Amino acid sequence: MPVSGRVWLIGYNVLPQITVQNLDVSFPLYHGNTRSLRKTVRGAFQGRFSQDRRNRVVVQALQNISFTLKPGDRLGLVGRNGAGKTTLLRALAGIYEPVAGSVTIHGTIGTLLDPMLGMNNVLTGRENIHLRGMLAGLTKPQITRVEEDVEAFAQLGSFMDLPVNTYSSGMVVRLSFGLATAIMPDVLLMDEWFMAGDAAFRQHARSRLENLVSKADILVLSSHMSTVVAEWCNRLIWLEDGHIKMDGPTQTVLTAYLGHPVELKNPDQPLPNVAP
Amino acid sequence: MDTLQASHPSGPILPEPSGPEPVLHLEPEHGFACFRHAWHDFMEGLTLGKLACTLSWLDIKQRYRGSLLGPFWLTLSATIMVAAMGLLYSYLMHMDVHIYLPFLTISLVIWMFVSGLMTESCTTFNTAASMIHAARLPYSLHIIRSTVRNWMVCAHNVPVVVVVFLWFHTTPHWTWALLAALVVWGVDSFFLTLFLAILGARFRDIPPIMASILQILFFVTPVIWAPELMSVGEEWLLLDPFFPLIEILRGPLTGDHLSVMVWPAALLWSALLGVITCTLFARIRARLAYWV
Repeated sequence: MPVSGRVWLIGYNVLPQITVQNLDVSFPLYHGNTRSLRKTVRGAFQGRFSQDRRNRVVVQALQNISFTLKPGDRLGLVGRNGAGKTTLLRALAGIYEPVAGSVTIHGTIGTLLDPMLGMNNVLTGRENIHLRGMLAGLTKPQITRVEEDVEAFAQLGSFMDLPVNTYSSGMVVRLSFGLATAIMPDVLLMDEWFMAGDAAFRQHARSRLENLVSKADILVLSSHMSTVVAEWCNRLIWLEDGHIKMDGPTQTVLTAYLGHPVELKNPDQPLPNVAP
Repeated sequence: MDTLQASHPSGPILPEPSGPEPVLHLEPEHGFACFRHAWHDFMEGLTLGKLACTLSWLDIKQRYRGSLLGPFWLTLSATIMVAAMGLLYSYLMHMDVHIYLPFLTISLVIWMFVSGLMTESCTTFNTAASMIHAARLPYSLHIIRSTVRNWMVCAHNVPVVVVVFLWFHTTPHWTWALLAALVVWGVDSFFLTLFLAILGARFRDIPPIMASILQILFFVTPVIWAPELMSVGEEWLLLDPFFPLIEILRGPLTGDHLSVMVWPAALLWSALLGVITCTLFARIRARLAYWV
């Protein structure tokens, strides 16, 4: 049962898998001053800006991205601001459809890209849970189970029945993280926002997320924080200006990315075993 | 901190598998694939229809939260407008107020719906931008949400029509034509919202243009004046798409005689709107997320 992206069915009981082939994503710049933009394009910014065949100015957000993920893979995306991490996550979620190349995802997709996904600020936490349950196509009893589960996880107490705009940012994160992980997707796509919680929350979230990942699902996580990806991921892709600069095991890529080796925060807590 | 760690989450809910694993395969569209995908979008939107209606209802609740009369402000303003304009214009146009006022009431309620729908539809995708960027959802979900919201707002004006009709003893003709007209309006309101939402997402000048177009249409279309006032050339009015559409809905209600060409014209305009909108949507569906 899909959480998002109820799509045409062409396969039967295939294991969750992500295949990305020569993916290109570019954004047209419609609303700027196109003429002066063209001058800019010819000038300083080479590589990232270009013109498409209809002579429009476009930003090349992703160029020639290819990789495959199998069950158990926990991929981290690292790179500077604007390297294309969030765009790649959105392309994997099927939000941005490829300009060239292809994206194939077997399995249901769960997205944690925006903490406010579908959440209505003036509705209570409980009402929001019901809305999300309807969005996922759950039945009434299933929604009740989700509600109990999220209530136990998010620890909002009486805030559950208050509008979301009275919550602190940490509370919003707890609610949306609990909600997004309550309805189990095969493929979980996550942006770094969920790290907005405090240390206790990260610990809490980790046990819940490991529970998800241990069931042979795929995680794709984008983050600025090297400690986070070192802790959570077993494979890294380093994006730079929309290209894959490096793709490999966490330690190798992170060492190259930071320029020095990384110490794992919890060496006594090894990464859970994953399927080869 | 301790309370957090002490909790024992019961773990994620695994929805019972229903059928095969979904497979999402995305690549640039070739040939007729775009029409197939647009069709899938409509079908997915319909399966989420209940959610769309819930969202519409919450939109209305949110819009009028803390307001004394809430959406009934619309009812009140419609009442005042009908009373003021009805008395003045029936005097100016030398018409019997018993005939003119029911006509004006139903016309104004329909026009308020049309203008509300057209104004809001321009920004449908832009206001849903955060939802569009957060997860893959059918675009028709946002369109159904906006369309249903406008129908709900319109429903608040129905009491005005009922009261005026009772007051002046106007009996609507409950024919199948009325039901057919409502179906045509239901379909057309969806496509009109989709059409303007697409234009509004791509061109930011659409809302102000729409405001001035609506103002012109209000006076050009027989909304406050009856089409029978035209001594010659009534058939030219069929070139205004809103005239035949309003007429098929208003005719059975006020018991006016419909000129023969009204239904064919209404269907023709509706078909044109449907074909143009579907083609446009199929062509640009994959690009919409890049625009908003």
